[in-house]
Amino acid sequence: MRENLHRFFRAARGVGVHVSPAESIDAMRAVAQVGISDRAVLRDALLLTLAKSRDEKLALGDCFDLFFSQPEPRQDQPEADNNDTPQDADRTPSSGAPEGLGPLAQMLLSQDRDTIAAAIASASGAASLSDIRYSTQRGIFSSRILDAMGLQRLRDDLEELTATNPAQAERLRAALDALREAVRDTVSQGLALYAREEAENLRNEILRNAPLARIERRQVAEMRALIRQIARRLRERYSKPRKRQRRGHLDVRRTLRRNAAWGGVPFLTAWKRKHRDRPKIVALCDVSGSVAQVSDFFLLLIHSLHEVVDDVRSFAFSSHLIEVSEILESKSPEEAMSEIMSKVGFGSSDYGSSLVDFEKGFMSSLTPQTTVIVLGDARSNNLDPRADILRRIADRSKRLVWLNPEGRLAWGLGDSEMPRYATFCSVVRQCATAQQLERAVSDIVATYQ
Amino acid sequence: MADQKASTSIEAVESGLAAQGYIASRQIATAVYLSQQIEKPILVEGPAGVGKTELAKAIAAWRGMKMIRLQCYEGLDEAKALYEWKYAKQLLYTQILKDKLGEVLGGAQTLHAALDQLHDFGDVFFSKEFVEPRPLLQALEQPGGCVLLIDEIDKSDAEFESLLLEILSDFQVTIPELGTVSAITPPTVILTSNSERDLGDALKRRCLHLHIGFPEQRLEERIVESRVPGISQTLRRQMVGFIHEIRSLDLKKLPSVSETIDWARVLVLLQAAELDTEIIKDTLNVLLKYEADIEAAAPQVTTFIAKAARSNVFG
Repeated sequence: MRENLHRFFRAARGVGVHVSPAESIDAMRAVAQVGISDRAVLRDALLLTLAKSRDEKLALGDCFDLFFSQPEPRQDQPEADNNDTPQDADRTPSSGAPEGLGPLAQMLLSQDRDTIAAAIASASGAASLSDIRYSTQRGIFSSRILDAMGLQRLRDDLEELTATNPAQAERLRAALDALREAVRDTVSQGLALYAREEAENLRNEILRNAPLARIERRQVAEMRALIRQIARRLRERYSKPRKRQRRGHLDVRRTLRRNAAWGGVPFLTAWKRKHRDRPKIVALCDVSGSVAQVSDFFLLLIHSLHEVVDDVRSFAFSSHLIEVSEILESKSPEEAMSEIMSKVGFGSSDYGSSLVDFEKGFMSSLTPQTTVIVLGDARSNNLDPRADILRRIADRSKRLVWLNPEGRLAWGLGDSEMPRYATFCSVVRQCATAQQLERAVSDIVATYQ
Repeated sequence: MADQKASTSIEAVESGLAAQGYIASRQIATAVYLSQQIEKPILVEGPAGVGKTELAKAIAAWRGMKMIRLQCYEGLDEAKALYEWKYAKQLLYTQILKDKLGEVLGGAQTLHAALDQLHDFGDVFFSKEFVEPRPLLQALEQPGGCVLLIDEIDKSDAEFESLLLEILSDFQVTIPELGTVSAITPPTVILTSNSERDLGDALKRRCLHLHIGFPEQRLEERIVESRVPGISQTLRRQMVGFIHEIRSLDLKKLPSVSETIDWARVLVLLQAAELDTEIIKDTLNVLLKYEADIEAAAPQVTTFIAKAARSNVFG
């Protein structure tokens, strides 16, 4: 059973439940208490000790059901084989099978489902199926399991039978096909159980470094999930600002007040705390053409940082500019983005007039604590860039960060106004992949810590 | 063999809690049983009013132990949760013992000699006499064990969580001046949280994690039965069915078990024999706490009654 539990922990990690060694010890102790005979109680006990949130409970519950729908590998397989053989030998005359067949052939001919299932399970244990990581490994694991079950011997038997007893051979061949199928199913299930984590990591790694502007439609949903993960990580890192307590200057007023009971003898001291702002962000996003996709993910990320960021106002523009905070807060990402696109998207971008719109309507939203983030390729179709407005924005705000999805080489080529704008920005950085996006946002938030 | 014992003990927990008027689902009973066996705190999460705090009370009453409650709030610190020095008493004693000190130190010629003599006294003013135990320390000092309820842990600051870690894993606290105080009998610790913020992994790791959601219809009927004995069976079925329908709506605050019980009491007081539109509309404010929620639910009342009645026929 212990072996089984270990495999279960592995599967649990696969579905994203964080199982630390300490937790697995707890689970072991809990299982030792409740026993394994009552599956419902066992499930409860594992859910109590391993899963630490509602999502994890759901995931682990599914994993439990999938895992224990497999028959347990039999520990006592060698003995069982020995026991089985004489029985099979007894049965062989009735089924008409000739003597001298291997155990696998006899098992298949006897059509004993439970025995076969148990044999598959124990063979998959021997082939260490729990090490499977990629879908491409399915073939090799299938053949390993079949080998462990004694396929070689079966082949010999089959050849022999074809000569001596063709009907029997036909039956055996059909049974072998069924067996292959069963093994394939087992391996697929194993893949679903154990390989999820690894496959996900690999896929995410590729996705993180893929250019956001050119990802395929089917990857958008995955990307959204990835962005959500990034947001979660950033939230965890920055939502609890460490207070710098008991440093700096003595707060005389509060100290006297607190020690009034002791006649002003300062038993307890109160210190002035360093006041720290939480980030206020104003985001201006270009939603024209190729930049739109990047803006989409950027807005999604920024707006899922509630715990970290005090206040976000987002604006979208191509030829003119509108505020989109409300849309993003109230709708699902998909709906919000299509609504924004229908309002301002698909135009040719005009940075000049968009900046004019911003100065006219929203300049007052900038405070000395605000970080302004502009996301765009700064390609203004040779229209007046109005860099003077950008200068005024920079003057009014704490920092002005420009994120450009294009590579540094392209800045200034063609109609790109990047060099002109760059003089007024505190930071200009390339932002084309999820990884770069994460770094950029993380840096912005970190300046407030 | 051991399995047999376990499942009977889980049933024992269930019936023990039921005797105190707390109808526990199997998950809850398993959690209580396990926390006792492997000496781990239980972290209970779930919406408000599903009986998280009640669980601790029921366990305490069932085992005949004292319950010590620590209500968490923002700004709670160790002086209020763990222990505090009795400053006033210390001050008073120094004043009273002033003359005594003069006598003791009288013989000393130099400052060094006086200091040495003072050192010989040890830390009299930082001894157990001057410690004011707060809930956490009190819980460790109960000779017969106790149920320690740390209520609404999510309301406290993140720093406070770290303070709890030592208590939760080893049932001990370290007071710098006194050393480590270990529990005489490990207390049964229940932490509750409304998931207002995510708790730290370190804290979660030390606990059994129990999520109490809204109960199933059958269970809720049993809860109402035990809490409001005066209610008739038909009415009970109807009202619980109705509440389950209400919970399917998208409301600001869904009615939870405590509201169900309140409502049952109200219906008994009003001597309602069965649910109808009139009485529900009059008493909907017991169930729903926001004007907007009441407005959203009111038009649906008739259909919900019908649905609840239909499900009863088959249930």
